[in-house]
Amino acid sequence: MTEIMLEIDNVSKIYPGRRGIFGTSPEVHALKNVSLSVRKGESFGLVGESGSGKTTLTRSILHLETPTSGSIRVQGQDLGKLSEAELRRLRSRVQIVFQDPYASLNPRMSVYDIVTEPLVIHHETLGLTNRQRSDRAAELLSLVGMGSQHLHRYPHEFSGGQRQRICIARALASGPELLLLDEPTSALDVSVQAQVLNLLCELQDRLGLTYFFISHDLAVVRYLCDRVALINRGEIVEQGDCAQIFDAPKSEYARMLIGAMPEVKVPA
Amino acid sequence: MTAPLLSIRDLHLRMSSFDGRAHVLNGINLTVNRGEIWGLVGESGCGKSLTGLSVSRLQPTPPAHYTAGEILLEGQDLLKLSPSQMQRLRGKRIGMIFQDPTTNLNPAFRIGEQLVDVALAAADRDPEVIGCAPNAGRRECRQAARKLAGEMLTRVGIPNALARLDDYPHQFSGGMRQRVLIAMALIGRPDLLIADEPTTALDVSVQAQILELIKNSVKDFDMGVVLITHNLGVVAQTCSHVAVMYAGNIVESGPVAAVIGNPVHPYTRALMSAIPTRETRRGELRGLAGSVPNLITPPPGCRFAPRCQFAQPACTTAMPAPVSVGDNHAAACIRVNEMEALVDD
Repeated sequence: MTEIMLEIDNVSKIYPGRRGIFGTSPEVHALKNVSLSVRKGESFGLVGESGSGKTTLTRSILHLETPTSGSIRVQGQDLGKLSEAELRRLRSRVQIVFQDPYASLNPRMSVYDIVTEPLVIHHETLGLTNRQRSDRAAELLSLVGMGSQHLHRYPHEFSGGQRQRICIARALASGPELLLLDEPTSALDVSVQAQVLNLLCELQDRLGLTYFFISHDLAVVRYLCDRVALINRGEIVEQGDCAQIFDAPKSEYARMLIGAMPEVKVPA
Repeated sequence: MTAPLLSIRDLHLRMSSFDGRAHVLNGINLTVNRGEIWGLVGESGCGKSLTGLSVSRLQPTPPAHYTAGEILLEGQDLLKLSPSQMQRLRGKRIGMIFQDPTTNLNPAFRIGEQLVDVALAAADRDPEVIGCAPNAGRRECRQAARKLAGEMLTRVGIPNALARLDDYPHQFSGGMRQRVLIAMALIGRPDLLIADEPTTALDVSVQAQILELIKNSVKDFDMGVVLITHNLGVVAQTCSHVAVMYAGNIVESGPVAAVIGNPVHPYTRALMSAIPTRETRRGELRGLAGSVPNLITPPPGCRFAPRCQFAQPACTTAMPAPVSVGDNHAAACIRVNEMEALVDD
């Protein structure tokens, strides 16, 4: 029996209606009884269209949103029951890479500052000296295929693919076990996307990471993930092994999504 | 023999910047006939959008500067037209759809008004568009244009179209807004439609519907389409022909079945192997090393040579001319004929 890394148990999230000058807007059911579990060391894909609740679920896992009901457990620890200090310690083990590498790096911070910031924040857990942090920063950059000559440059000097590598280095800084990847390649060109996907595969093999991969690009999910869940309007429609879902989708929604996927093949 | 709908001949475009002049389009040749959907694909910064913007002359000069070439719309050189002559062609003969449907609709006006405006502008030139007599009064024209706007919205698949004419853009979803923009581009019955990444901001299911809609419109209106995209999957699904661009050049062009079924240019091959398919196994995806060259000081000879795994010394001496490799299928590479043997190794 493999260890469960992340367990989402019957989670619902309702955003209450807002009262404005034109009346009250209805409440939004962003997540409805979502349950799924991610095993240690696997890549789990979450696929859905815009507005389906992917981001709400991701934010809930980081405990940036509190679910209305249900519980989220990371390695058995229930996020809703942890104190601030315990949450901070937990967050060093759960990190995220965002979609847009142009927006998620502070233009005023050098690569060194960006990559070592998590080390400073998680000082209590990691306990590194300044010297060790510098070494760690260089190590992280080489891990993502960049060099220590890049340490003292600023984000604007890098291409989109390199920036996404910096984002990955920052996410890996505190030595996480679970990495949330929120559409990490959708802002990149296909050739660069291929490089980043290969890097992610390589890092997973080397560091034994668990990926929670959010995407609307089915081809990328099929390539990278072991298991996949499809989410539509806040509900999980289908989940299972990647190969099984792509070859024999059970639900109408999955068939529709897979049918709409633009494949590069000679038209019939 | 009649002139082709659109014929771009040896188009060169320089762009002035603080660092110097960039050679962003470097001899583009492209011919589009009625009934054809041409896909223009390539990485960001390779000149796809500039080619599209050049055809509709929406690229301000300066900073842009056309140093050579011509863009012929049924024999008429668009680069020689005055701004007001050009303005009369837009909306009527050349329709455009842009990437982001949110920023291309005016949030302060109802959808119906925006469609009617375009229809009336087109009717100035050709009253038949809205189907009323040349001497009809303004009120009559407006009513006819509104009726047409309703018909167009129904045609692009907006339910309850007549009632929705009085809605504002924010009352539509992203996919619906893109449909409104397509209706707006088609309302003047253009001969040529330029669609610049029309589905990049949309979900796959909506994307499939929009592409289907463009395909059907080509049949209904007998027009030619230039579809700019970075997604080869979209090209395979929609287009009849494809031109692959790299750093301001068309490196390979031809019918979709030929180019995707048998890509001969190393760049096309690299692009295709960078996309994960059903058969690609984990860790075996092949990326393309390096990045698009600096166009202020482009590499000598073939611009793809520095990233090309088959490059030879001869590649850096002169820009390769397109070599025909089949029916209407050409690639600009000096090693085209050796390619099959090279790939097998």
